[in-house]
Amino acid sequence: MSTAESGRQLSVPLASVEAVATDSADPPLVHARGLTKRFGEFTAVDGIDVDVARGEAFGFLGPNGAGKSSTMRMIGCVSPPTEGTLRILGRDPRTEGPAIRARLGVVPQQDTLDTELSVRENLLIYGRYFGMSRAAVRDKTDELLEFVQLSDRAKDKVEPLSGGMKRRLTIARSLINDPEMLLLDEPTTGLDPQARHSLWDRLFRLKQRGVTLVLTTHYMDEAEQLCDRLVVMDKGRFAAEGSPRELIATYSTREVLELRFGADADNKVYADKLEGLVDRIEVLPDRLLLYTDDGDGSAAAVYDRGLRPVSTLVRRSTLEDVFLRLTGRTLVD
Amino acid sequence: MAQAPAVVQPRKVPSAWSRTCASLGFWAFQYRRTWRGTVVSSILTPVLFLAAMGIGLGTLVDEGGRLGDEYLLFLAPGLLAATAMQTATFESMYPVMGAIKWVRTYHAMLATPLGVGNILGGHLLWVAFRVTTTAAIYLVVIALFGAAPSLLALLALPAATLCGMAFAAPIFAFAAGYDSPAGFAALERFVIVPMFLFSGTFFPVSQLPEALQWVAYATPLWHGVDLCRGLVQGTQELADALMHVGYLSLWVGGGVVAANYFFRRRLEATG
Repeated sequence: MSTAESGRQLSVPLASVEAVATDSADPPLVHARGLTKRFGEFTAVDGIDVDVARGEAFGFLGPNGAGKSSTMRMIGCVSPPTEGTLRILGRDPRTEGPAIRARLGVVPQQDTLDTELSVRENLLIYGRYFGMSRAAVRDKTDELLEFVQLSDRAKDKVEPLSGGMKRRLTIARSLINDPEMLLLDEPTTGLDPQARHSLWDRLFRLKQRGVTLVLTTHYMDEAEQLCDRLVVMDKGRFAAEGSPRELIATYSTREVLELRFGADADNKVYADKLEGLVDRIEVLPDRLLLYTDDGDGSAAAVYDRGLRPVSTLVRRSTLEDVFLRLTGRTLVD
Repeated sequence: MAQAPAVVQPRKVPSAWSRTCASLGFWAFQYRRTWRGTVVSSILTPVLFLAAMGIGLGTLVDEGGRLGDEYLLFLAPGLLAATAMQTATFESMYPVMGAIKWVRTYHAMLATPLGVGNILGGHLLWVAFRVTTTAAIYLVVIALFGAAPSLLALLALPAATLCGMAFAAPIFAFAAGYDSPAGFAALERFVIVPMFLFSGTFFPVSQLPEALQWVAYATPLWHGVDLCRGLVQGTQELADALMHVGYLSLWVGGGVVAANYFFRRRLEATG
């Protein structure tokens, strides 16, 4: 998509970030061309092109099965690409996996904490995988547990911790090696709203410190909160690319008028009666979405045509609307 | 509010060997929770077996006089090899499947500089350590029962380890390739237990019908038993020893190749 490059915005000064010792000045941390992953006959990722710059917060937004996790596992140098070019931190994952992973932080979709060990022991074990000394891990552990607000649980077993705490611990663990890029696969799926906000707050702080974030999500609010730039992914391909604001401006209207005509109403019939009133109408099983720049004005026009919806709601366009427009389907079903 | 940690520090990539050691280190660290229990059973099991079967049953067998040797001397090294097999089997079934499916230890490791080879190698080394320590305790108990007349018995320790790994490596492959723990019960019932009973541990294979003798000769356990027996009794011929070592090494090598294949398939392909 042509909107890609212009959508990039670097919201933080990069002075705090150490330069990577690579050939060119500062290559993209993720560089993919024609990246493809097949499992037998099934194509999970279908020839995508993507660049993620240092300091960026980049998101893959899409429903389950869109190919987000497969993409993340290739970026994380765990799953080798079937086809295409992939460079992570300027290096080739096929030959330099360990060197790349030494500088990545990974928050997997499914927790991989050892629940029989304590919070502190989980960090110790993980730090050892990076070749860190016990003393170095210990110092770092205190700092990280404070950062994720788990200092008082340091000696507790992981097993009884809440879902939100486990996720925060996973984030702390992923930071043990001071990663240059943090990969988060569905970071807040399954968490309650309070835990999600607490997690977003931590991630936002990391972003402010210049850590590059790459995340997948099927929550549009998460994408809007965290991402400078994102791609809408569907069936292994990119349906669109840009900043959340650009995507909304390009693929939706400023406002959305939601009309409900009751449980038994045939929404299709109402859609026909509203023909020509606004740019675009989406018919959902339970409601009509009218895309318009003036929600209140359009609502008045609906009444002028003699229609009496059970409820009307004017709201701003979201990435959900963008996704609906691009794929004809909703994100979370 | 706490500050976000600063992004600094250049990276060094740990060498392949130290990455393998980090994987080994995890299993050692985890063992701290259970080591007491395993040490007690490692001592108790040989004492009970050698007392009951070696001495109790053995006295009856010796009265028959057909073995040409004391039954205790015959039985002890066989049990040494069989114990190596059982320890290796135990350590290679559920821990491997758990690290893939349940605790997801391997997946956590894969997000770090550790690769599939390091993960597999470190875990196999851990099993080798467990087999060796268990066999060492067994060997000491055998000596205390006066059933290790030769100094060659010291070589029975690496022999037992080799015998154990001839099971561990293929079972690693099995645990990674098979998605359900139901397979373990079948493996235990139809492979491990029959081998334990009929591969020369308790009586010479020559007692079996001839067709079954060849089946017994094909099992890695028979080679482990015969090798350990020869070494503990001090009667091992070099040519036979080399044949046993070679055959067991084939099982280890083939098992490692298969385990590597299934580990990659499971860990690289799926989440």
